[in-house]
Amino acid sequence: MSLSRREFLHALAAAAAAGFALDSRSAAQASSSYELPRFGNVSLLHFTDCHAQLLPVCFREPSVNLGAGESSNLPPHLVGGAFLRRYGIRPGSREAHAFTHLDFARAAERYGKMGGFAHLAALVKKLRAERGASLLLDGGDTWQGSATSLWTRGQDMIEAQKLLGVDITTGHWEFTYGAARVKEVVERDFAGRIEFLAQNVETGDFGDAVFKAYTIRSLGGIPVAVIGQAFPYTPIAHPRRFVPDWKFGIEERRLQGTVDEARGKGAQVVALLSHNGMDVDLKLARRVAGIDVILGGHTHDGVPAPVVVSHASGKTLVTNAGSNGKFLAVLDLELRGGRIAGHRYRLLPVFANLLPADPEMARLIATQRAPYTGKLSEKLAVTETRLYRRGNFNGSFDQLILDALMEAKDAEIALSPGFRWGTSLLPGEAITFEQVMDQTAITYPDTVVTRMTGTTIKAILEDVCDNLFHPDPYYRQGGDMVRVGGMSYSCRPGAKIGRRIGDMRLRGRPIEADKLYKVAGWAPVAEGAPGESAGEPMWEVLSRYLRDKKIVKPRKLNLPRLVGVSGNLGIA
Amino acid sequence: MDSKRREVLKTGGGVLALAAVAGILKPGEGLAQEWNKAAFDTKSVADTVKALGGSGSTPSGAIEITAPDIAENGAVVPIAVESKLPRTQAIAILIEKNPNTLSAEFEIPAGTDPFVSTRVKMAETSNVYALVTADGKYFHAVKEIKVTIGGCGG
Repeated sequence: MSLSRREFLHALAAAAAAGFALDSRSAAQASSSYELPRFGNVSLLHFTDCHAQLLPVCFREPSVNLGAGESSNLPPHLVGGAFLRRYGIRPGSREAHAFTHLDFARAAERYGKMGGFAHLAALVKKLRAERGASLLLDGGDTWQGSATSLWTRGQDMIEAQKLLGVDITTGHWEFTYGAARVKEVVERDFAGRIEFLAQNVETGDFGDAVFKAYTIRSLGGIPVAVIGQAFPYTPIAHPRRFVPDWKFGIEERRLQGTVDEARGKGAQVVALLSHNGMDVDLKLARRVAGIDVILGGHTHDGVPAPVVVSHASGKTLVTNAGSNGKFLAVLDLELRGGRIAGHRYRLLPVFANLLPADPEMARLIATQRAPYTGKLSEKLAVTETRLYRRGNFNGSFDQLILDALMEAKDAEIALSPGFRWGTSLLPGEAITFEQVMDQTAITYPDTVVTRMTGTTIKAILEDVCDNLFHPDPYYRQGGDMVRVGGMSYSCRPGAKIGRRIGDMRLRGRPIEADKLYKVAGWAPVAEGAPGESAGEPMWEVLSRYLRDKKIVKPRKLNLPRLVGVSGNLGIA
Repeated sequence: MDSKRREVLKTGGGVLALAAVAGILKPGEGLAQEWNKAAFDTKSVADTVKALGGSGSTPSGAIEITAPDIAENGAVVPIAVESKLPRTQAIAILIEKNPNTLSAEFEIPAGTDPFVSTRVKMAETSNVYALVTADGKYFHAVKEIKVTIGGCGG
């Protein structure tokens, strides 16, 4: 189904009449916010890292997103006021709320929730109807991040991708449902509908391609190549058992071969649909020739304008389209004489109260959720403070997880992964089981209690910190720092591995290298991790804690003392 | 994917074994020289170069190491080395932080493409050296390969 502009406005009016929060002012704003004059003859629509959020959400962008080495003070490592200044966004505006953490709770009340597949679908339909030839690209991390996606092994999202009209996708968390599940979906559900592309996944034995690497689509007679790039560090960042026979990696050389092959077949546009993370994409753009645009994800950076990387063979646009369904990117390209003569890029924030809910998609979501609504809506507690996760070092939802772990496991120290997904809650909101699952819904949710020496704890912190701040972007895996409960420490992001973490203390006393400490954690990655007690999924531990507390009071975040970051534009 | 190749190789072991029994291939044939025990016992890059007969080596852009930036499994890290240096005679792979530095040494007979591919075991993050002997001189390239605990979060 396509939607003309008039139909779109009609749908808006209908939504308003049906009691949606649409006053006349916001209706007027809606029609102007999403009016994108047509430009060029080829359009690529892109969203990424929606993390299975079918319904509109609040998602607080980071107040700490430090760039290491050469990445320092450059996009995407700008936060708050520095971000607004860089992109000329007015403080207090809708856009400021969409792209930054500033005044989060109040701005969220004012501007409402973002994303949601029904609203996203309405926007996609409108933009595609207005454009001649377009593709809709989904950068992956689509099947994970919610209770319903976990319980259906991604099926709710697979149905939503099909209905939304996704043309091409690639993967990361998809692989945590196992190789067989991904293959089954690609060969059955996606067959003839959605192409799952990944040039950088091969068999471990002979290095044979597991997925199709690229596709060439004719858009209004113009051959457009899209190459898929899955998350290169999938078997390292997650338990190996999910993809035991597949090898991943950045695979620059093979990518160059694929680009050359696509060009050889006449592609006039070459786009990389990437799950590398933005720092990796920026380096890759300098080293692989012939890519016009890298439509990126993984690091959840909502970047309003492409970074233009110049190199010997021309220019590459590098984008990152945020997360949680908050944004839809629109890249319009003007092709003349077989070459790109101009482009327009917009990263449109998806405001649920400025867009109608597409009825078909709304029905699909309701159907997918119906079997689970009772369980999802259980109220566990009420929060008196905003709860969020995203940020380099800690978030209030993670502090809650750490506190729950230490109390439940009677541990002196807790560790929790620095995931970048996980929705936010506003003060006064009820915490339901669904929201607990938004923070914990993974296929390896076990909580683990381990005795670790001070030396081991230091090694873990150094290792994870190096994944975040390694001076070479190719060594950055794209997550945030492991969250630490109970123990204080200092961190010098600009130092080398082994020298970043210091001043480790427990209740004020220095951590001893050879002493054993009781450490609680969850989401173990190493196979057969030696745990004293493994099992109970994280969501059970957190739910019990919340039922018991009933009210979540503002709590102090355990944050490292940062050294050498003053004046950095990546920290507010 | 080429499943036929996989099948042929599965049964291929038998063919090779038969060839050996028939005396076509003698065990140990093709080993150009004695096992260099001294070199494989060395504990540092400098000592390995010495044990292999060099006094030092020069960095070279004509040597290419293909290996992961971060190892998926430290126990089996795939490494390939290609030398574009004229008259390449030998290629060695050195893992700086391994208990024994030298992981592999390949003799490259004249007329052979100087390309080798193998898997090495790595205990921890380390610089990996490809040491090439060419025209009697020693050259190297280096690449860091990380062995990490894992967990990412993106």
